[in-house]
Amino acid sequence: MPAKPYAIMAEFETPAATLHAAEKVYGAGFRNWDVFTPFPVHGMDRAMGIKNSKVGWFSFIGGCTGYMTGMLLIWFTNAVDYRIVIGGKPMFSPFSAFPPSYELTILFGSFGALLGMLFLNRLPRLHHPLLKNRRFALATHDRFYVVIETSDAKFSDYETRRLLESLGSRHIEWVEE
Amino acid sequence: MAQTPTSTLAEEQPGLRVQGPPAELEREPLVNNNRSIGWISDRIASVIEGPLPGWWKICFAISVTFMTVCFGMILYLMSTGVGIWGNQHPVMWGWAIINFVWWIGIGHAGTLISAILFLLRQRWRTSINRAAEAMTIFAVMCAGIFPLIHIGRIWFGWWLFPIPNSQSIWPQFRSPLMWDVFAVSTYFTVSVLFWYMGLIPDLAVMRDRAKTKIRKFGYGLFSLGWTGSNRHWSNYEKAYLILAGLSTPLVLSVHSIVSLDFSVSQLPGWHTTIFPPYFVAGAVYSGFGMVLTLLVPLRRLLKLEDIITVRHVELMCKVTLATGSIVGYAYAMEFFIAWYSGNPYEKFLFFQNRAADPFIIAPLMHIKPAPYWWGFWTMVICNVVVPQFFWFKRIRTSMFIVFFLSILVNIGMWFERFVIVVTSLQREFLPANWSYYSPTWADILQYLGTFGLFFTFFLLFLRYIPLIAIAEVKGVTPQADPHHPLGGAKPGGKH
Repeated sequence: MPAKPYAIMAEFETPAATLHAAEKVYGAGFRNWDVFTPFPVHGMDRAMGIKNSKVGWFSFIGGCTGYMTGMLLIWFTNAVDYRIVIGGKPMFSPFSAFPPSYELTILFGSFGALLGMLFLNRLPRLHHPLLKNRRFALATHDRFYVVIETSDAKFSDYETRRLLESLGSRHIEWVEE
Repeated sequence: MAQTPTSTLAEEQPGLRVQGPPAELEREPLVNNNRSIGWISDRIASVIEGPLPGWWKICFAISVTFMTVCFGMILYLMSTGVGIWGNQHPVMWGWAIINFVWWIGIGHAGTLISAILFLLRQRWRTSINRAAEAMTIFAVMCAGIFPLIHIGRIWFGWWLFPIPNSQSIWPQFRSPLMWDVFAVSTYFTVSVLFWYMGLIPDLAVMRDRAKTKIRKFGYGLFSLGWTGSNRHWSNYEKAYLILAGLSTPLVLSVHSIVSLDFSVSQLPGWHTTIFPPYFVAGAVYSGFGMVLTLLVPLRRLLKLEDIITVRHVELMCKVTLATGSIVGYAYAMEFFIAWYSGNPYEKFLFFQNRAADPFIIAPLMHIKPAPYWWGFWTMVICNVVVPQFFWFKRIRTSMFIVFFLSILVNIGMWFERFVIVVTSLQREFLPANWSYYSPTWADILQYLGTFGLFFTFFLLFLRYIPLIAIAEVKGVTPQADPHHPLGGAKPGGKH
């Protein structure tokens, strides 16, 4: 091995085996580790001890911003900056201003959800050690991987490999940095 | 990765023969023939990776021709003016608004499938949502063209948006037309966001399979470095749920606001409170018609029968039946209210100007037949009678009949908008202003042209983007469930 590898990667063939392995790795107290699956596996968040995602906050803040933007924009343009009487209606009414503000709530909320998701996942990312690994290409096909990074405090070359072997992985390899 | 279109799970993993749940508790699988997870990506990716089929080339050539016609007609309109269309007093809204509402309505099925069926946990939606969302986006693009070119001086289209300009004038937001600008542009943007987010894991699938440099680069760039990490999936699924939750009120509001363009004005036939729900139901009805028109031939041509199964088609037919019946109910209610309100203008419009056909109703009522009675009755037959055929399982499972009926649905919904727009305008309150509206060749070519635009984009989508959500379909198979024997669970549901 030339330099210190990035991580150790264990391959699994069924979601049940992966879920079981994730529970054990989490139980062993690792922190810098992850599970890679071709689709979201039900129950994996709990097995890995992942808390509820914070994406909702980004969307909520986006939505509030959108609603305020809509109301303020319509109030400013129609009641302050360019006042024009249309059919004797009030210069500003929250009711006629509601539909565009409602749409902007959804627009900004959606941007909040998507951008929040990308921000929390630190994406887009153009390079990742795992994406260089040939075997790892199967992670988007039909294989499941448990990857423990060498930077983890609990990591030890021998013990960690033994742990992954004992969990029933048939293919374990080192991932280069 | 070898293409093994015939492999099933039992062949690939012979040791995996664990007792499943009892037969009465077993759900009908959404992917037929017990296909393995790998087969799903092989099969869907082969649409992109396989040789270019002959039918694709022929359809593409025709579509591009019509798309050229579309842009040619826009140029002709820009250089000449809206006078090339049949719009004239008192029918100032002609085919342009009809086509706008029709295309927008078609888009609604895509969002219904992707958002509302997701919230309702209808897992069968995963096989069709990607293609339906693509249909939504392209349909909204076609729809957006019409109001934009209808303003005549297209280069002033940006006045619709609140952008500071040298005259210090702002758009005024008391008009539903302004609401429409916001509704439609938000709808388009959010549909694209939702569609793209669903695509990220699938573009990663394509990236990892790519053999050529261009594909590796293109799919690699747009998959944003997706690895399938579960920490990412966790945020991703939450964001997906939120987008579904936001798209649901959005899709209901878009066609409601489109209907307000009509119902806020004070014309008989337009000024009704039933319009928003009635337009939304009609939109979903026509959209499902279009989804069926597209997917029934495609599942055959692209050999996707195991993923888009007969059951999927049947379920879509049932949604069409339900929404078509709501539309039929709305028609009946409009007539009832026209009669029950005692308003002479409403009664005149509905009975004498829409329904009075020259064979039965007009002779019975001793009146002249309605000028557009044929449009009204085409609408009634296609939107009220046609969906009732979907009560029969034999019809729902016969792909040829479903395809034929889905075309009638599309025709019927176009005529609905025609009847609403034209009959309410062409005989207004002053009989001296009455006239007969007919489209010109420019109207017709412009409309046909948008089909070219739609199908050009749709065919490119089929060829370059996975047309079925690969990751999502994998996720609904029994072998993806860690508590199912096929997913590796040990007896007793233990993993």
